[in-house]
Amino acid sequence: MSELAIEREIDRSKMQVSDEVAIEITNMNKWYGAFHVLRDINLTVNQGERIVIAGPSGSGKSTLIRCLNALEEHQQGRIVVDGTELSNDLKNIDKIRSEVGMVFQHFNLFPHLTILENCTLAPIWVRKTPKKEAEERAMHFLEKVKIPEQADKYPGQLSGGQQQRVAIARSLCMMPRIMLFDEPTSALDPEMIKEVLDTMIELAEEGMTMLCVTHEMGFARQVANRVIFMDAGQIVEQNEPEEFFNNPQSERTKLFLSQILGH
Amino acid sequence: MSDVSFVRTEMLPEKEPPASEVGILGWIRHNLFSSWLNAILTLAALYLIYYALSNILSWTFESVWNANSLSECREIMMATWGDTHGHACWGVIKDRWLQLLYGFYPPYPAHPDATWSNPPETGGWPAYFRPNLTFILLLVSIAPVLFTKAPRKLLFVTAAYPFLLPWLMWGGSIWGPLMVAAGFAIGYFVYKLALPAAGSLTALILAIVLPILWWLFASGPVAVAIDSVIPIGIEPVQSRDFGGFMLAILLGVVAIGVSLPIGIVLALGRQSDLMIVKYLCVGFIEFIRGVPLITLLFVASLLLNLFLPPGTNFDIILRVMIMMTLFSAAYMAEVIRGGLAALPRGQYEGADSLGLNYWQAQRLIIMPQALKISIPGIVSTFIGIFKDTTLVSIIGLFDVIGLTNGIRADTAWNGVYWELFAFIGVLFFVVCFSMSRYSMYLERKLQTGHR
Repeated sequence: MSELAIEREIDRSKMQVSDEVAIEITNMNKWYGAFHVLRDINLTVNQGERIVIAGPSGSGKSTLIRCLNALEEHQQGRIVVDGTELSNDLKNIDKIRSEVGMVFQHFNLFPHLTILENCTLAPIWVRKTPKKEAEERAMHFLEKVKIPEQADKYPGQLSGGQQQRVAIARSLCMMPRIMLFDEPTSALDPEMIKEVLDTMIELAEEGMTMLCVTHEMGFARQVANRVIFMDAGQIVEQNEPEEFFNNPQSERTKLFLSQILGH
Repeated sequence: MSDVSFVRTEMLPEKEPPASEVGILGWIRHNLFSSWLNAILTLAALYLIYYALSNILSWTFESVWNANSLSECREIMMATWGDTHGHACWGVIKDRWLQLLYGFYPPYPAHPDATWSNPPETGGWPAYFRPNLTFILLLVSIAPVLFTKAPRKLLFVTAAYPFLLPWLMWGGSIWGPLMVAAGFAIGYFVYKLALPAAGSLTALILAIVLPILWWLFASGPVAVAIDSVIPIGIEPVQSRDFGGFMLAILLGVVAIGVSLPIGIVLALGRQSDLMIVKYLCVGFIEFIRGVPLITLLFVASLLLNLFLPPGTNFDIILRVMIMMTLFSAAYMAEVIRGGLAALPRGQYEGADSLGLNYWQAQRLIIMPQALKISIPGIVSTFIGIFKDTTLVSIIGLFDVIGLTNGIRADTAWNGVYWELFAFIGVLFFVVCFSMSRYSMYLERKLQTGHR
C-alpha cells in the first residue's frame, strides 16, 4: 500500500472524458447467501473515464467490478454495459464479456498455452478472427507491453510482472472498449509493480475507459479522474483525486487515508 | 565506523563443488553408505537381491524347452541336473502358446478343418491373419493419438478403426459396420442442415435422436438388403471361439478407449448446475463404484438375458465390453473430477472473462489442464481395467486365465502352474509397463514450467 512515485510526465492529450455513457449501474444490490455484500450501488461511468476504486478488504470493491462482466451475479437493480443490459440471457453475457477486458490479481493466464496462444485464443474462438491476423494483433500488443521476445514461452517461465503484462495484452487483443483491473499489482514484488503500472498508464494515455481496484494511491492521484471509496458494501465517497486525497469529507475516508498514507 | 558496517566490493564467482559431492563416488556415499545403519541395510539388501535373483534366474534359464508333456520334462531334468526342482518346464508354453494368445480363434477361418500345424493347401491368408492385422491396425491407429510427431493423416485410420475392428474380428458382411458408421454421418449432416433453420439446441437433439432411430430400426435391415444385392464379406467367427490374451487386449482396448470420453462427460455432469443431470451422474458413478466388477459381469452373462425380449441374440463379448466400459468409466469420472477440482477457480474466470462459452472453455482451457493433472490416475485406471479383463474367466470366457485350467485338464500338462502364470505375467507386464512409461513420457512432455 505504498505510494509509488510515478516519475515520468503523463501525456494527457488523449485522456478525454466523453459524454457517451460506458457503464450505468442503478440501485444494484448483491447478497452472498444472507450476507448483503453490495448495497444500493449507483454509478455512471462515461467513455474515457479512469476510475480508481479504493477501500479496505471486504468492502465489496472487487465484487463490484466482477459484477460488471457477470463473473458474479447481482440480484437486484440494473447494470448496463456499453448499451447491453446484463441479464440472465447468456448471449448478452458473452457479448459483454467479449467487449470488456479484465485483469486479475493472480493473472489467470492459461499455463498450458504459450504466451502467443494465450493472446490469440479468444480472438480466434470468440471473434472468429483468422489465425494469422490474430497472431499479428497479438504481437502488436505484446510489443506494446514490451515483451514480444517472450511470445513462444509458457506463462510459468515468466516473472510475475511479465505475466501480468501478458494478461493485459491478452485482454487488449479482444479490442475491448472498457478495461477492468482487479488489484492488478497486489500479488507482485515491489520491483515489478512499476512495470505493470507503466503499462496501465500507457493504456490510460490512449484514452481507454478503465476501472481499477487498487491500493496504488500514486496511480490514483496521477492517472485517475475520479476516486471512489467503498466500505461495507457501499460507496462512501467519490471525488476528483486532488480533492479526495487533500480534502476527504467522510470520517471513514479520513481514517482509511491516514492509515495507508500516514507513514 | 561501527562494527556492523560492511560493503562488498566485488561479487564472489561460482566455485566447483568438492569431489565428495559429485561423481559416482559422491553418489554412492550419499545414497548407499551415508551412515553405519544405511551401510548395513545396503549390504543386507544386496544379499537379498542376489539370493532371489540366483534362484529365479537358474529356474528360468536352466530349463527344458523340448518336451511334449510334464513327465517328459521331468525325465529330461533328472537326466540333466539330477533333480526335478528348481527348473522351469517351458515345453508347455512352446506347445500351447498359440492357444494362450488366440484362444480357439480359428487360424484359417475360411478353412475350418485346417490347423496351425496342418495349413490348408490352397494358399490364401497366413494363419491368424485377421487378429494380427487388427492388432497392427490398432498400433497404427493409436500412434497419432499418442504421439504428436506421427503423421496426422493416420487419424483417418483411427476414425475407421472402431468399425474395422469388429468386422475383422467377427467377420461377416462389411455392410453392417458400414451402416453403423453411416449413423454418424447421418447425425453430422442432420446437424449441418438443421443448424441454420432450427437453432443449435434443436439441431443437437435431432443429430442425436435420428442416428439412434437409424441404428435401432433401419441400419440392420438396410445392411441385409444391400448385402443381398452386393455381398461383400469375410468368414464369420463365433464369439465363443474368442479367447486368450487376444481377448484381454480386445476387452481392454474397448474399455479404455470408450471409458475415457464417457468418464469426461460423467465428471462434467457431476459438476453441472442442472440438478437432474448432476444426480443422474452421481447415482451412476456411486452405484457402479459400489458394486464389484465380478457382480456386473455375472449380470452381463446371466441376468441381462432375463430383461431382454426373448429371442434377442445379444453377444456375450459385447455385453462384457459394455459392463467393463461402464465400470471403468465410473472410476475415470472420479479421477477426472479430481483433476477438475485441482484447477484454480481463476482458470474458469479467465476463460469466462474473455467471452468463451461453456463448451469452448471446457475444451480449450479446463479439460486440457484437468486431464494433464489426472494422467497418473487415468493411466492407473487403464492398467487396472486391463488386468481386470482376466475376471471374465469366471463367467466362462476362455481368456488366458481360463485357458490355464483347460491346459491342465490335458493329462500331458496336468500339474503345470508356474510356467503358465509366469508367461501370462510377462504378457501383462509388458503391456502395463508400456502404459506406465507412456504416462511418464506424457507428463514430461506436457510440463510447461511450474505455476
